[in-house]
Amino acid sequence: MVDESEVRRVAGLADIRIPDDELPTFTARFNQILEYFDVLDTLESDGGAGRTLHTVLREDEPCPSLPREAVLDNAPADEDGFVRAPRVM
Amino acid sequence: MDDPFNAYITQWSFSGAGTGPLAGRTVAVKDNISTAGCATSCGSRILAGYVPPYDAHAVALVKAAGAAINGKTNMDEFGMGTTTENSAYGPTLNPRDVSRVPGGSSGGSAAAVAGGLADLALGTDTGGSVRCPAAFCGIVGLKPTYGRVSRYGLIAYANSLETIGPMGRTVRDVSDLLRVIARPDSRDTTMQGRPYEHDPVADPKGKRIGVPAEFFGAGVDPRVAETVRKAVETLAACGAEVVSVSMPSMRYALAAYYVTCTSEASSNLARYDGVRYGPGGETAKSWHDAFTAVRSGNFGDEVRRRILLGTFALSAGYYGKYYGKAQTARANVGADFARLFADVDVLAGPTMPVVAPRLGELADPLAMYLADILTVPANLAGVPAISVPCGTVDDLPVGLQLTGRPFEDETVIDIAAAYEEAVA
Repeated sequence: MVDESEVRRVAGLADIRIPDDELPTFTARFNQILEYFDVLDTLESDGGAGRTLHTVLREDEPCPSLPREAVLDNAPADEDGFVRAPRVM
Repeated sequence: MDDPFNAYITQWSFSGAGTGPLAGRTVAVKDNISTAGCATSCGSRILAGYVPPYDAHAVALVKAAGAAINGKTNMDEFGMGTTTENSAYGPTLNPRDVSRVPGGSSGGSAAAVAGGLADLALGTDTGGSVRCPAAFCGIVGLKPTYGRVSRYGLIAYANSLETIGPMGRTVRDVSDLLRVIARPDSRDTTMQGRPYEHDPVADPKGKRIGVPAEFFGAGVDPRVAETVRKAVETLAACGAEVVSVSMPSMRYALAAYYVTCTSEASSNLARYDGVRYGPGGETAKSWHDAFTAVRSGNFGDEVRRRILLGTFALSAGYYGKYYGKAQTARANVGADFARLFADVDVLAGPTMPVVAPRLGELADPLAMYLADILTVPANLAGVPAISVPCGTVDDLPVGLQLTGRPFEDETVIDIAAAYEEAVA
């Protein structure tokens, strides 16, 4: 079970705000789903030993890509051939 | 074009070349598949106004095959839903009964085909999103083997699960469209270079069909179960051998699916920040304030829910409890399929546990998730699965789902064709 402040914290991590008036219902439904996920607790975990995941990366070879103008066409704000982004500091 | 079912978000008239294997046919394309020069929104406000500068590989192939494309179809936002009610552009109606949902998330594609607005459609299937609406609308839909159709230009929701899939009124239609889109493409690194060159062979003689007890378990409407059992008997009467089997990993499959897809979604949808596309451009605010304003104002309820579930499942202290266990459960589903397919050629069961619900009936998120129980296993294991109409309950279509070995899309298509021919 998570409480409303935990939901608010997770929402902050995802850059999403859940309005205060929606928070009780959102939290209730969130918990209902987490409760369903608890079935996984009854599963014996192999700690990943049974899986053989591996990444095979090819050589990075530059090849033709989209023209800069075509990409910038969709940007809400651009300047001197770059997208304009919010300030970081 | 008149669109009484709200099947389309954007109508388009791309004229076919007049020659090629799809000449003279009209294809509808789900709105999360990129189309150069034609708006692509994923059913979301956060991509309002976005016009892709390139075609998805599947779209380029459909164009080259001579087809006309008449629009981009409605969908649950980013594919997150089982009803097509979670669209920023309003719900799609089921052409078989407009008080019912068409299923989702490729509900617009299914409604376009079932309602006669398009001959064929491209959908996408992450946890059943081609097969569910095919079943609810009474058409045929295939989730191909993962790695058979390029995902280049498919706007990602859960990369390890999703595929583009063909939809049509007959098995042959679906096979024709698969032949066009299942072509090698080096831009999708999960492609296996296994083109589909097959013509359906409607002969099930000598094929072994496994019927898992778990596919007819709790939550499956007994009338749907009975309809599907009759369909399997029809295949037996045509010469297939039917055996009862068991798939214990089903107990964990739905939880494994929802933990995996929400985790992947939380990562994939982090890109929507109002900087490169969609509404935004508020550069006077600080980074997090600007992102939060764009994302909070433009993502719908279900998308916010899944992003938060995934963020939570991957957060410190919970990873082992959720994501780690889900991957074990996912591996077990794959192992169960491998064990069963050593003995049988396909598995048969209902596509959906119920017939199409009324609009608004699946408003509770968990109730909606539970409806995906029979379709998610194929995505977890990457195997092919088809839904073919097999009768009605209360005048509403029921789908027979046939699941096969990896890269044996040909076999599920053949057995679906045999069923279709037997009842024609």
